[in-house]
Amino acid sequence: MTAISALSRRDLLKAGGAIVVSFSLPAAAHAQALPPPGKTLDGSEVDGFLAIHEDGGVTIYSGKVDLGTGFRAAIRQMVAEELDIGVGRIALVEGDTALTPDQGPTAGSTGITRGAVPIRQAAATARQELLRLASERLKVPPGELAIVDGAIAPRAARATPLGFGDLIGGRRFSLKVDAKAPLKDPKTYRLVGKPLPRPDLPAKATGRHVYVHDFKLPGMLHGRVVHPPAVGAKLLAVEEASIKAIPGARVVRKESFLGVVAEDEWAAVRAARELKASWGPGTGLPGNAELPRLVRESAVAEETLESHGDAPAALASAGAVLRARYYWPPQSHASMGPSCAVADVRADGATIWTASQATHKYWPHFASFLGLPKEKVRLVYLDGAGCYGMNGHDDAAADAALLSQAVGKPVRVQWMREDEHGWDPKGPPQLLEVKASLGPDRRIAAWEAEMWLPQATKGLPNIPLISPTAAGLPQPQGLSAGLITQNADPSYAVPNVRVVVHWLKDTPLRPSNIRAPGKIANSFAVESLVDELAAAAGMDALAFRLAHTTDPRGIEVLKRVEALMKWEPRVGPNRAGAGRGRGIAYVHYKHAENYVAIGMEVSVDRASGAVKVTRVACAHDCGLVVNPDGVRNQVEGGIVQTLSRALFEEVTFDRERVTSLDWASYPILRFPDAPEVIVDLVDRPELPPMGAGEAATAPVAAALANAIFDATGARLRDVPMTPERVKAALQHA
Amino acid sequence: MAAYTIRVNGRAETVESWDPGQPLLYVLRNALGLQGPKFGCGLAQCGTCTVLVDGEAVRSCMLPVSAVAGKSVTTLEGLGTPEQPDRVQAAFIAEQAAQCGYCTNGMVMAAKALLAKTPRPTAEEVKAALSDNLCRCGTHTRILRAVLRAANAT
Repeated sequence: MTAISALSRRDLLKAGGAIVVSFSLPAAAHAQALPPPGKTLDGSEVDGFLAIHEDGGVTIYSGKVDLGTGFRAAIRQMVAEELDIGVGRIALVEGDTALTPDQGPTAGSTGITRGAVPIRQAAATARQELLRLASERLKVPPGELAIVDGAIAPRAARATPLGFGDLIGGRRFSLKVDAKAPLKDPKTYRLVGKPLPRPDLPAKATGRHVYVHDFKLPGMLHGRVVHPPAVGAKLLAVEEASIKAIPGARVVRKESFLGVVAEDEWAAVRAARELKASWGPGTGLPGNAELPRLVRESAVAEETLESHGDAPAALASAGAVLRARYYWPPQSHASMGPSCAVADVRADGATIWTASQATHKYWPHFASFLGLPKEKVRLVYLDGAGCYGMNGHDDAAADAALLSQAVGKPVRVQWMREDEHGWDPKGPPQLLEVKASLGPDRRIAAWEAEMWLPQATKGLPNIPLISPTAAGLPQPQGLSAGLITQNADPSYAVPNVRVVVHWLKDTPLRPSNIRAPGKIANSFAVESLVDELAAAAGMDALAFRLAHTTDPRGIEVLKRVEALMKWEPRVGPNRAGAGRGRGIAYVHYKHAENYVAIGMEVSVDRASGAVKVTRVACAHDCGLVVNPDGVRNQVEGGIVQTLSRALFEEVTFDRERVTSLDWASYPILRFPDAPEVIVDLVDRPELPPMGAGEAATAPVAAALANAIFDATGARLRDVPMTPERVKAALQHA
Repeated sequence: MAAYTIRVNGRAETVESWDPGQPLLYVLRNALGLQGPKFGCGLAQCGTCTVLVDGEAVRSCMLPVSAVAGKSVTTLEGLGTPEQPDRVQAAFIAEQAAQCGYCTNGMVMAAKALLAKTPRPTAEEVKAALSDNLCRCGTHTRILRAVLRAANAT
């Protein structure tokens, strides 16, 4: 157990109090209440996750954070439901290493499943205990008590209810979370399953929400970092005189880490821009045009991830084998706001306000490179611009920490646009070669997928951050990009399957997890080739998928898309469609989670090669739907963002550095490109909830490519599906 | 240091800057504490920094403070409050038209400028008016609905 005794109550009041206020609903005045003294960070304790204040209000301490996902609304609903209290009386503290248990990074669509579900169990335990306490006080058996709006009274007699605050306000539960504490029967839900509005939107829509970009401390300086002109270049010399005309600007240098600080933010911007420095050569990049070939040729190890039946033998004896190669390029998180952080590093301790999705994961690392004991370092989550995986936020936090340590004052760092596009860790390139054959029954008989992917470093605590590396400070070495190998075999029963990954030792640009890591490209390959198999079998694409699906939840989403699309069976491309077409794709996410089917309508201009997506229909089953509008928002956004990635996005680089450094060179989807999106949610209140941030992204690119095929007869197997690529494919169609 | 008098959200403000080329965005966010407008690119490409200058939607990240002396600037904060949002803000809240919300400032301000000139836009007109405002979370369909809702709320 880790307690927060290392930080004084005053510090908590100064910092934690302010954070709670900025996150709370306007009505939740109790949010300013301090956590009970010695608040535990142990997630096996009720007190780790929940505090009840003297006024009866509740604070949730969540290790997982709201990255713009609506988690902030959903977790309140889940806790309020179990406690029978209004959501407006619940405050939420997120991702604060001094206050919240470590629940792992907010990644992999696990906010609800691994964040909110354990906290719901803590709330159920708390409910049981509150009823026991009230039973003692009222001399009424717990079974004869009812909780209404945060107060407990006997069902039968009229009595003044005992509020939660009367029973335990300001004190600790001192109870383990009881895995057997009964949860509410879903049939009695009042809040879960309702589209409650998000608590942060009124402030976001009126300019009052405090993002990390807006957080200020007294005496705070503004900092900017100067990244090298070539990846891995060493700093040789700095001409400090080159910025002497800029008021208050100071240079900070530690080995090859170079930054500037100034009281005035614009002075820091100009100083970073105008500072003259000389750099050695970079460590060299291959250039993005070389990447697919290089990836194919540089594998160092092979691993079989899935093998059942005998796919090689079945393919060898098959009459016809379909084979295709698919390529997904490196992509940027391309957050709207460049990464930002504020750090206050003193000789005896440090606090870093960061939009990190992994404050706990990075906590020991920050302590290590700052040379401070872990208990003297605190990372506090504040909202950033949407990140969809690890963007530059952790790097900006390290920048701010190093600058603050160097100048002895609080420092705010915001990256410039070219820093974000140039230096955020990238989704790695993915290359797949897939072979499959049909049996005499026109069903898929054999499937073999080979992938070329960078190998994650075993046991890596976190990927290295830029500025500690440049400053020569202790850093873990290695790479990680999330679970990128999943869903490379079909979401259908196939008798002979083999999935092999060829591991690459490295990848040119520092990789990280980007939304639904790996599975978007893998599903693109899988569901594109399944479409080719359907055509080869002389079957309609949807009927072919239904014929291979036995799971009723999978059948349900496919049938719903069939209805939403008014799908008419057809074999092969829509020759009479004048460039209009429709496609479908399906995934059982990770073969274990959500069921998603997506139908898409496109029109393709044969002359220009431009693809316009006109309509998307998605049926989505994530088990229990906690907040249907929150799930819809995630599913809609995931679809539109993945269309952007599939149609427009590729990080380009030369032999020295990234060259797609702004929104002109790294275009993303714009309003005129945005299709109508229809989302049909399958709600299964009797089942556990699953995340909704990732799964719907997986079938998008295949549905798009399949629709382009239907419209034109051409198969697109390289992303982004630019007009040039479409025109080239049309010549072979 | 030169001083500039600007009318900001209806109030006359005098601000100083050591650099006449300092973009208005930094003055608003730091000297005046108005943090609705956000830094997105500094290149006038994305729209997160949009404010109204004499009623026109303008990118404050590249607009020198010296160029707005004597003009009237409206920021997101100047439209309404969480308790009393303006009709465009209210429509964004009603449609839950955001995820991270970093682009929301630009979307609301661009919509204000559009509706001032075209009170009843078609969906295609809204898309065209917002085509240089980028959203990364993919909330386009909701933003479109919000702007049409605001148009119909008059």
